[in-house]
Amino acid sequence: MATTLKLPDWKQWLRTARPDNAPAVLSRRHIYILPTRYGLLYGVVLIGMLVGSINYTLSLGFVMTFLLAGVGNTAMLHAWRNLAYLTVESRRIEPVFAGEDAVFEVVVTDTKQRPRYAITAHFDGQPLVYTDIQALGQSILKLSLPTRKRGWLKAGRITFSTEFPLVLFHVWSYVQLDCRCLVYPHPAINQLPVPPSPDEGRAGKLASASGDDDFSGHRSYQFGDSPRRVDWKASSREQGMFTKQFQGEAQNSLWLDWSLTPGVDAEQRIRQLTRWVVDAHTNRQSYGLRLPSQELAPNTSEAHYRLCLQTLALLDMK
Amino acid sequence: MNRPTMLDLRWLLLSLTLVMALHVSHLASWVSALIVAFGAWRYYIAAKRWELPSLWILLPITLLGSLGIMITYHGLFGRDASVALLALMLALKLMETRDLRDYMLLVFAGFFLTITAFLFNQSIVVGAFIVLPTVGLIGTLVGVSHPNGSLSWRFQSKLAGLLLAQGIPVMLALFFLFPRIPGPLWGVPQDAYRSMSGLSDHMEPGNISQLTLSGATAFRVQFNGAVPASNHLYWRGPVLWHFDGRAWRMSSQRLGIARESLSTVGAPTLYSVTLEPHNRNWLLMLDIPTTLPTEAVLSHDMQVLSREPVRTRIRYEGSSHFEYKLATTLSDRERELALQINDDENPKSQALAKEWARTAKSPDEIIQNALTMFRQQNFAYTLSPPLLSQQNPIDDFLFNSKRGFCEHYASSFTYLMRAAGLPARVVTGYQGGEVNPVGNYLIVRQSDAHAWSEVWLTGRGWVRVDPTAAVSPLRIESGIESALPQSDVTPLLARKDYPFLRKLYLNWDAMNNGWNQWVLGYDQQRQMDLLSRLTGSDLTWQDMVIALMVTVALFGLVISYFLLRDKRLKIDPLQRLYIEFLRKLERSGLKRQSHEGPQDFGKRAVQRLPAQASAIQQITEAYARLRYRSEASSQALGNFKHLVRTFRI
Repeated sequence: MATTLKLPDWKQWLRTARPDNAPAVLSRRHIYILPTRYGLLYGVVLIGMLVGSINYTLSLGFVMTFLLAGVGNTAMLHAWRNLAYLTVESRRIEPVFAGEDAVFEVVVTDTKQRPRYAITAHFDGQPLVYTDIQALGQSILKLSLPTRKRGWLKAGRITFSTEFPLVLFHVWSYVQLDCRCLVYPHPAINQLPVPPSPDEGRAGKLASASGDDDFSGHRSYQFGDSPRRVDWKASSREQGMFTKQFQGEAQNSLWLDWSLTPGVDAEQRIRQLTRWVVDAHTNRQSYGLRLPSQELAPNTSEAHYRLCLQTLALLDMK
Repeated sequence: MNRPTMLDLRWLLLSLTLVMALHVSHLASWVSALIVAFGAWRYYIAAKRWELPSLWILLPITLLGSLGIMITYHGLFGRDASVALLALMLALKLMETRDLRDYMLLVFAGFFLTITAFLFNQSIVVGAFIVLPTVGLIGTLVGVSHPNGSLSWRFQSKLAGLLLAQGIPVMLALFFLFPRIPGPLWGVPQDAYRSMSGLSDHMEPGNISQLTLSGATAFRVQFNGAVPASNHLYWRGPVLWHFDGRAWRMSSQRLGIARESLSTVGAPTLYSVTLEPHNRNWLLMLDIPTTLPTEAVLSHDMQVLSREPVRTRIRYEGSSHFEYKLATTLSDRERELALQINDDENPKSQALAKEWARTAKSPDEIIQNALTMFRQQNFAYTLSPPLLSQQNPIDDFLFNSKRGFCEHYASSFTYLMRAAGLPARVVTGYQGGEVNPVGNYLIVRQSDAHAWSEVWLTGRGWVRVDPTAAVSPLRIESGIESALPQSDVTPLLARKDYPFLRKLYLNWDAMNNGWNQWVLGYDQQRQMDLLSRLTGSDLTWQDMVIALMVTVALFGLVISYFLLRDKRLKIDPLQRLYIEFLRKLERSGLKRQSHEGPQDFGKRAVQRLPAQASAIQQITEAYARLRYRSEASSQALGNFKHLVRTFRI
């Protein structure tokens, strides 16, 4: 019977810097350094040069070989000091809809009065982001993380690294920031119309939300806008994505009710409610949200919109 | 990942050009031209944003280039061919250089190609020049290690220079302490020593005068004490016994002739010689060597020989005596060798010698007859003698042309002695040398090459006779440059006109001598000597390794300290005075909170210390004015200082 022994990734045992009521510091206890494959090749080349110098008794060959060895040694120190003692903290994080990339803004600051070059940062498995930092200056890195589920997304471990100045050494450090991103549910894609407003009893009016008679203008496309309201003509002219806006809607309050959502799958129903919230907000309608556990009174404000989405994002269905 | 930019390409091309500059002098010109063409092609492609050439274009070029090198250099494995091939391959690699990996490989190959230049030349100039390509190559690495190539060339070169400078301590420690293993570890290509010049193992008309045209240094000598008089400075080289009618050759060492007996009078002259490589076995020493360098052997005719051909610059010590008696008896075999001539050649010379032998009362008189002939019969000393007849060259020289160089005189004189029945042989070597007052050592150049005779006399042994001295006494007294007519071409630096140039040259040679002794000649022996002298005890190589590691670690620590220490925040005088003010308040229990600005804190202080209210207000206002309204002047600062200093609680 063949057994495969899966070795744990040795890097998981390495120390991770954490913020402790203050920005996380990449102190010397958190810095790791190893030669890159080019660093190893450099070593091999130097050994070759040394052997050649011995064989042909080339005194200048010794000088050159040893000088390059000295340069390699200094390069190691330079690489180390390029990363060491940076401080890292997170900034405000904008909520996103599930499926979008959550963007964590990370502020990296030099505290040691030396400029830093070619510092890279990334979440595990995500693309690298580069920056330079001036002496005592700071730089904001936008690290993205894909989202799948609604709710809070905790920032993963961030790897900071650099190979400056000679690509011979790879210096890295891990930071676990205490921050999270709110992920709204993904709006349902199906075009179930926004339910009629029970206050007015005027079904049909909004059911045929497509009867957008009074076109009032454009605004830039936002994620979650109904595809039917996108001005496809404008976008085909490559002017960008715009969403059409209409008047004559949203005069009356809507109740976006859990019980009106079809299906049995709770997540699907939440997504449908999200779709309605987005559509209603886009149409500048006044809408309320009625959930099994709570109720949000109708309103049109941005804050209300965000509160509704947050409530949906964090809705506990257990 | 990051892709090198145009800026990186410029750096790479420039530094590789600098590396190639080291090789131009010994690469076949078509190879250099091809390499330059590749560089230009690569740059043009990048500038025009074209595609790089495909493998189907590069492969035939590679094969053709290798074939060309094989034809030009007669093979691929000699020193010259390997270096040419490496250089050409590096240029070809340029044509498929795209990403970081290619750049790294090229830079490393560049380092390697730099070091191969030392196979050809290790002079001070080359040593100083390599700083340029090295900074260039390191600068290229700095460039490619930055993702978008936005660094300025000034920053890149500065950082590269800094890295190099900070590498120097480790380099020095390794250079002086890394245990030196005497090479070679494996066979070196045959052509590695081709260009070396020096005395040959035979002498025929023309080969010493040819050597004399070279201004190259043969060896340098440091005497323990004063430099001996010029007429003592006969540097003994190959001793030639066998004459084939035209050329003189060495006797075979395998003849099994016993070493000649030697007795000396007086004090020895001690000296050390730094011999330039000449790819032959002889170690030049003054007549007559009495203490040999270690590892040298003495032949039966007093030639000092090393076991291996001298292929690197070596340094040896020895001593010689000027008053000696060599070989009181001569074996039959030796006598036979020392009298050997062909009877059917040079009839006029043989007749003349036989005539001398018949009339002379002593062997001395025969010698004097010959020297008198050279002195009185209008013989001339010249570097450009006419060609001699193939049949009877000695006759032709003695009775016809009468113009020759030292080899002609030594050859014909020895011939005459043999014909007259006196055992004689030719000795080649160097005569004289130039004292360099800078550093006080003797420079002996190839142009000092010389040939003379030794005649064996009963009761006195082998006696040195220099027929050239009879023709041109100046040659022996003042050196070759005074002996030759102005019309003869001698190396510029062997001449005595241009005193300023000469002084410059002597300084330069002294520098070269130091370079040779301490950089190029730094071998196992020197290393041990130096370390023993420094520590005052004998060292084993284990001690050396420990010393090496300790020193490198120490240097590493010092560099780390300077690189990694925190820079102290610069505090300007204004700040310092304000801090002084805060300290005074602190002593009375009033401490500024970190969130408090100077103004807020001033208000609080006034409330707490009403008695000093006006002073506190004054200081706070002055500080704010100086700090935030940039009204700083030395006078305003002076006033502020006065306020703070006089402030009392």
